[in-house]
Amino acid sequence: MKAKHQRLVLVIIALLAIVGAGLLAAWSLRNQANYFYLPEQMAATPPDVGQAVRLGGMVQKGSIKTEADGVTVNFMVTGNTADAIPVRYSGILPDLFVENSGVVAEGSLGPDGVFIATNLLAKHDENYVPKELEGMGTQDAAKMAAETTVGLN
Amino acid sequence: MIAEIGLAALWLAAALAVLQMVSGAFALKSAEGEVNPLAIYARPAAVVQAFLAVLAFILLLRAFAITDLSIKLVAANSHSMKPLLYKLTGTWGNHEGSMLLWVGVLAASGGLLAAFEKRLPERTMGATLAVQGFVALGFYAFLLLSSNPFERLPVPAAEGTGLNPLLQDIGLAIHPPTLYAGYVGLSVAFSLAMGALLTREVNPSFARVMRPWVLGAWVLLTLGITAGSYWAYYELGWGGWWFWDPVENASLMPWLAATALMHSVSVLAARDALRTWTIMLGVLAFSMSMLGTFLVRSGVLTSVHAFAVDPERGAFILGLLGLYIGGAFTIFALRAGAVAEGKRFAVASREGALVFNNVMLSAILAIVLLGTLYPLLTEAFNVRVSVGPPYFNPASAIFAVPMFLVMAVGPLLRWKSDKPARLQFELALIAALVIGVIAAVSFFGQFPLLPLLGLGLAAALAVAAFLPLRGRNLKRVPVATWGMVLAHFGVAVSLFGMACEGAFSQERLAAVAPGGTEQIGDFAVTLERVTPVAGPNWTAIEARLAVSEDGGEPVILNPQARSFWSPPMSTSESALLTKWDGQLYAVIGNQAEDGRWQIRIWWKPFVTFIWYGGLLIGLGGLLAIAGRVRVDVKRRSATAKGAQRRADIEALGTPPTPIPAE
Repeated sequence: MKAKHQRLVLVIIALLAIVGAGLLAAWSLRNQANYFYLPEQMAATPPDVGQAVRLGGMVQKGSIKTEADGVTVNFMVTGNTADAIPVRYSGILPDLFVENSGVVAEGSLGPDGVFIATNLLAKHDENYVPKELEGMGTQDAAKMAAETTVGLN
Repeated sequence: MIAEIGLAALWLAAALAVLQMVSGAFALKSAEGEVNPLAIYARPAAVVQAFLAVLAFILLLRAFAITDLSIKLVAANSHSMKPLLYKLTGTWGNHEGSMLLWVGVLAASGGLLAAFEKRLPERTMGATLAVQGFVALGFYAFLLLSSNPFERLPVPAAEGTGLNPLLQDIGLAIHPPTLYAGYVGLSVAFSLAMGALLTREVNPSFARVMRPWVLGAWVLLTLGITAGSYWAYYELGWGGWWFWDPVENASLMPWLAATALMHSVSVLAARDALRTWTIMLGVLAFSMSMLGTFLVRSGVLTSVHAFAVDPERGAFILGLLGLYIGGAFTIFALRAGAVAEGKRFAVASREGALVFNNVMLSAILAIVLLGTLYPLLTEAFNVRVSVGPPYFNPASAIFAVPMFLVMAVGPLLRWKSDKPARLQFELALIAALVIGVIAAVSFFGQFPLLPLLGLGLAAALAVAAFLPLRGRNLKRVPVATWGMVLAHFGVAVSLFGMACEGAFSQERLAAVAPGGTEQIGDFAVTLERVTPVAGPNWTAIEARLAVSEDGGEPVILNPQARSFWSPPMSTSESALLTKWDGQLYAVIGNQAEDGRWQIRIWWKPFVTFIWYGGLLIGLGGLLAIAGRVRVDVKRRSATAKGAQRRADIEALGTPPTPIPAE
């Protein structure tokens, strides 16, 4: 094999691997397109039971209830419509987890229709608003920004 | 006055960058063996520019140290009550300051290159400095036109607004400067690659000039990522060490490219193969640094660690990005064909294994890049997605697993061409370790696939890392080889830590009344009391946890939930009990209505090995640099001695004739 041919073969192998990686990425990312759900989307087309997804919305007023063990919290997440998804979370609540504020719950839907959250992302620092929540109605978004963003004028 | 001097220094430095660029470009017009008279200004311009940019950064440090509230940046990001250390680290805990640090490191590395690098042909050196000046100029323009760190307030502020408390941590003192030095160190590799491409001087002696820069940048990136991972682990209070967060990915992508580059530049230096591929990686690695800066600084991605974001600046960085990356790849496409062919090698050879590792690293880079940018792409079509571990973990593992396998074998192969049959024993040993460990661990229970594979590969790699030393006189093994052995062993150590954390972590979450005890693994954790405490700029509630292992003497842990008042926010300060075989990680949460406190405790076996491995990898890189420098110094003194002897002999006229023995 001449040096020139070898270089060509190397280039082709490298291209194949990288295009392969790209195709693999594209394929798995298409499945990930359903990774983030608003409450109304989750009510209309629920993800498979046990599939890892994120649910984002507002914590419904008056819905936060702590169970007797002191660490399991149940609450409802709402979005732009009347749909509300019940969420159960066992863990330490983020400091800014309060009623009527934005939240992104990571976890999966249980067989009983309750979303089991393994992690809650509330406002993380004074500049952070979960980007996914920007899709909410302007009024809600403005309200959420005002309530979940401290220190911004 | 200080702010004005700093600003003036930056403008002057920008002007010198123009001079460096133009003068360096004249080097390309130099005839063989001569230097164009207009090309001699490039080196001094680079050195003085480095001095000015570093001066500007020191002046900003001073403004933060004395909390000069007439400067907008200080007022917006600092507070007179803050501890001095965090006043200083606050200098780069914001957009403008971190960009000034970036430019300072860029100019300093260009200055070092200009001052100390004498081996490159003058034409290549000139072209390299011209490219370095061009890159610096773009970032000076960015600072001066859109992110002036020295901007004054019309009326000095009465008090500063403080610094994000998450950033008030020793981790921030170390992590960003290290990472930036690595990012920007790659700029030198980029400029060298472009310089060599422009003059077509791509050869082993060029690779030997490039190698220490690549190694140095790579070591700093490795240490920066390791420090960042540990910082996120103990400071965020979530007990995780890698979140596939866009900001983390922004540092991982240049690291992947730099890792590939470091290996290919070694092939070029040792064997004169992979010429164009090395140049391409040099361009790619710095492109990833700039892309990372864009992602972090432009505000296009929200992230748990993105701070001080401003969408309007995004356009500027995106423009710079397009100019540099687009320009570099255009020149690459036009010139790559003119780079002379390197040497050939067989598939089964050291070079072949390194090419495989390069291709796998590039594929992982593609996976991470696409996953990081995908939310941006879909957002253009008004679809919001988040891409998380369910994508990144399996997709990158598909390429990482074969890469680790070849990584175990590669260093055992001979250069140019080898017969795999020669390595029967080694290959059998590696396969036996992978399969044996996976089988043995599976015997004890059900564990997820990736941690299992990680354990098997870690065991094989840990042993294989030392195989290159087998049958050699250890005193005569080159220092650089020790570096490789140590770095590869470090990868095994990290992998072992990650796999153990993934497979064997135990977690206990409970609401506990004072005096109550929770059991986790062999540990009994008693909540003795919860008390309020106060720091310089925060108040907190602090739990006193008595941790007793197997009924032994209790150790006290003090996790805190802190509240800062400027800016108003809360952070969770985890408490860690570090044992040789793992860490107990404790966090305190809220108080329930009935008076019980939420506590969360993890037992993470061998989790510290993740970062010990990172340190070993960095140390291996340092040894490799030390080894190369030693060899270079020896070679130089040997050439000098040879020249001296020839001169002596010439001075004597005729060589002294040995006296014939009787």
